[in-house]
Amino acid sequence: MKITRWPVLRQVRGQDHLGRGAAVTSAGSAHLSARTASADRVVQSVCPYCAVGCGQRVYVKGERVVHIEGDPDSPVSRGRLCPKGSASLQLTTGAARRYEVLYRAPHATDWTTMDLDTAMDMVADRVIETRRKTFAWQEDGVRVRRTMGIASLGGATLDNEENYLMKKLYTALGVVQVENQARI
Amino acid sequence: MGTSFGRGGATTFLQDLQHADCIVIQGSNMAECHPVGFQWVMEAKARGATVIHVDPRFTRTSALADVHVPIRAGSDIAFLGGIVRYVIEHERYFRDYLVDFTNAATIVREDLLDTEDLDGVFSGLEEGVRTYDPRSWEYEGHHVQASAGAREQPHAAHRGASRSGRAHSYGSGGPPVDPRVHRDETLAHPRCVFQIVKRHFSRYTPEMVEQICGVPEEQFLDVCETLCENSGRDRTSAIAYAVGWTQHNVGVQVIRTAAILQLLLGNIGRPGGGIMALRGHSSIQGSTDIPTLYDLLPGYIPMPHAHHDEDLDAFIEGASADKGYWGEMRSYVVSLLKSWWGDAAHRDNDYCFDYLPRVTGDHSTYPTVMAQLDGTCKGYFIVGENPAVGSANAKMQRLGMASLDWLVVRDFSLIESATWWKDGPEIESGELCTHDIATEVFFFPAAAHTEKNGSFTNTQRLLQWHHAAVEPAGTARSELHFYAHLGRIIKEKLAGSTDEMDRPILDLVWDYPTEGRIAEPSAEAVLREVNGWNADGEPLGSYTELKDDGSTRCGCWIYCGCTANGVNQTARRRPGHVQSWVAPEWGWAWPSNRRILYNRASADREGRPWSARKALVWWDADEGRWRGHDVPDFMATTPPDYVPPQGARAAAALAGDDAFIMQADGKGWLYAPAGLSDGPLPTHYEPQDSPVPNLLYTQQRNPVREMLVHPHNRSHPSGTEPGAEVFPYVLTTFRLTEHHTAGGMSRWQPYLSELQPEMFCEVSPELAGERGLAHGGWATIVTARGAIEARVLVTDRLAPLRCAGRTIHQIALPWHWGPNGTATGDAANELVGISLDPNSHIQGDKAFTGDIRPGRRPRGAGVRDLVEGYIRRAGITEHTGTEVRPRR
Repeated sequence: MKITRWPVLRQVRGQDHLGRGAAVTSAGSAHLSARTASADRVVQSVCPYCAVGCGQRVYVKGERVVHIEGDPDSPVSRGRLCPKGSASLQLTTGAARRYEVLYRAPHATDWTTMDLDTAMDMVADRVIETRRKTFAWQEDGVRVRRTMGIASLGGATLDNEENYLMKKLYTALGVVQVENQARI
Repeated sequence: MGTSFGRGGATTFLQDLQHADCIVIQGSNMAECHPVGFQWVMEAKARGATVIHVDPRFTRTSALADVHVPIRAGSDIAFLGGIVRYVIEHERYFRDYLVDFTNAATIVREDLLDTEDLDGVFSGLEEGVRTYDPRSWEYEGHHVQASAGAREQPHAAHRGASRSGRAHSYGSGGPPVDPRVHRDETLAHPRCVFQIVKRHFSRYTPEMVEQICGVPEEQFLDVCETLCENSGRDRTSAIAYAVGWTQHNVGVQVIRTAAILQLLLGNIGRPGGGIMALRGHSSIQGSTDIPTLYDLLPGYIPMPHAHHDEDLDAFIEGASADKGYWGEMRSYVVSLLKSWWGDAAHRDNDYCFDYLPRVTGDHSTYPTVMAQLDGTCKGYFIVGENPAVGSANAKMQRLGMASLDWLVVRDFSLIESATWWKDGPEIESGELCTHDIATEVFFFPAAAHTEKNGSFTNTQRLLQWHHAAVEPAGTARSELHFYAHLGRIIKEKLAGSTDEMDRPILDLVWDYPTEGRIAEPSAEAVLREVNGWNADGEPLGSYTELKDDGSTRCGCWIYCGCTANGVNQTARRRPGHVQSWVAPEWGWAWPSNRRILYNRASADREGRPWSARKALVWWDADEGRWRGHDVPDFMATTPPDYVPPQGARAAAALAGDDAFIMQADGKGWLYAPAGLSDGPLPTHYEPQDSPVPNLLYTQQRNPVREMLVHPHNRSHPSGTEPGAEVFPYVLTTFRLTEHHTAGGMSRWQPYLSELQPEMFCEVSPELAGERGLAHGGWATIVTARGAIEARVLVTDRLAPLRCAGRTIHQIALPWHWGPNGTATGDAANELVGISLDPNSHIQGDKAFTGDIRPGRRPRGAGVRDLVEGYIRRAGITEHTGTEVRPRR
């Protein structure tokens, strides 16, 4: 490479004194383009980690999420994301995610895979059976109409609509031991 | 917050912090735990505000603050109480605000005895049941209902008190009493709230603060003076906190002390003022508003307690208020019951009120673990939470799960709560054996936020819609999908049942439309149900449109308006830079899109802004309505000089200067005559495990703290009790920027794991010297609950303090780790005991005691031997630390 092509010289001599544009391009980088530029669509979202609620833009290409970045339109976050929010592409598309239902039978030493419909059906059966066995109309002579045989934990990472269905269904079942991270 | 002001949420919004003249951050490491929100603190600083960080550790928040005040973990009430005393003694309170908008002038009953009278406890303590009878705390001549906290009460705590005394005696129209209470606006009456508060905090002197908190007197006085100088007509100060305040067995009272301080200084409801609660999960505010919590129904309606012959009228009478918007509770409850049971709910069957299960005590997460251990609780759903390492006393969590018949875990990855039966610490130690464990475990892969529509409610009560970008792969599904279809399947299996116990399921309105290949339920349809509609099926615009005659439906009254005009208001995204700082057209905030709560108090009694610099809303006499930058948190056309007629009730009973419209007396509560389990005023007690005695009272610990007595949950001797020296150090837990809570969303990410790869502990050079700990080496930390190992980080960030005449060392532990995932390590929660705040049922894990020693922890059964050795040496028994009153 000619010495005049050295980025530091171009930075000093040219207009791009901060070295954030023309001064640092190369033959290789000239052909690069951002994942955001070639995305099929952009979807507005909200960071799933803490409760600041930073705006996110989710870039989709070929029905796959290819990039997530801060949304500059958000009056709360003004386009910024912290290290966790910046890693949410890895959270949502990373290799650690599971995509199969797993089942561990009583006393078994390992998982087996199971199809979703079977698992849902089995869980429904267990809810019905446990509820029937443990349902109490009264406690100490006072009406309670409930089951203490079933409990639930979690909700603070979920959507309002999900929490709503959870509380509604559990209450109709008579499940009162419903809790989430607000308690920890 | 609910008890003091009327609503259980941050009083302000992050962007408004830029208008503060002083910001106190305490119980929070905002720069690292809410880094993007912290930009607004920096904006304030750039405009000249003073930023004060009060925290045991010097963190990046401290580095960016003007002042860092190191404090002993667990002494926040003493510190804040000292400021309250300073403000009162030096007459630095905002007198007009105090008289007009708070209950400072209200007269309290003659039989109230304060901690000044009873050496650290209030009147009404019932030692046998570890509860207070709160009757003597009430206002003179008048019972008022709290806006939050203990409203619907079990008989044990209120024997013969307000419930049986009044609950059944009024018709559905409410009691025709004058909601005005006795007041002395000169604040001189010896039984007025102001004088009671003054006496109560009189012993929280700067000298006492220095001894208890380890904060030098001079530094403490600087903080007091800075806060006072930056409060008043023309200046406002904000306070920000996080779980460093809530996670104590006196957590609610820490926040109450801050509330008292902000009311004295006139900083609530005003720009640049307020109390900012910084929450740690994307929708933890939402999951409290639409609660997956045992003691609440949507919109902070209490779950009914079991009572004889309770019907809807009795429930409403027992839990609603005579004055303020809680006086309209019947409309909220009936509209909710109509949303859930539809046409099956009608006036003749009390709108299916009897379908609601009743609570009989504390059914929160820790008592549930006890119920698992004793075999009562047999089935458990864990949905996006990781209690096997994330909840206090992690061992008890896992042993509870090992006692279950079945367990359902829904998450992204195989978190510790899903795999404890094959690789948990008890398998390693031999306490459990996999093939002996009968628990059936289902793991369902969860969908990510990018794969589902829905709304989160952020830390400032702002609902923001996120749109699905793609469908989830494989059999990953949203919780919306799981619960909607689980409910459908259960309803189908029970169809035709004639068993009365199945009626609430069979009658449940559960007809959510689904869309797409995976039959995903429509989240917008659920949000429309949450918002509600009128008799004509038109979406409601505000909770003021709700009716108590069954003609309206609304799934959560405080969210009413979120789909006003049939538009998903939570999905509004008008860019912030083309709006005012309030940005009212970005998302939708409850209630009624108000961004600063109680903002009527930003104007004086006559409705004029306290100063031009701090104007927010004001009375426009020409137009005959309140106007301003924010949506007024007041009846839009009620003039400031309005006096309600005799006999008015509920919202109609609010006067023009009742700025706290949810409160039963329209006032901010310096003193809480109802709603709290552990006293009408905050009192400093030492944490459950503490190295020092309580210097203020003989009473060492909160007398009504909730204790779960179990062989795996032993407490430590404290203060001068024999054996306390075995656990000489203060332990506190904290979070890092690069990890999230119990790690389920961060420890599996290579980027984040590389940034913070393993468990460590922060210790001072002095402590490292005292215990022979080497920087970068290993240490073992021990309590009566467990022992963990961690890498040692020797740092000046954690300075030893002088408290009670001796040097106190603190050890700080990040609590994100567990054995699974990419970045692994021992869980700090192995060390934490379960001692709960009696109001919130939150565990005290921000201040406890322990020992530290060099080297790695033993393997196998050795951990148990090590812990049992400590228990023997400290003389710990099942009674240690369980007293109500100290032995004399």
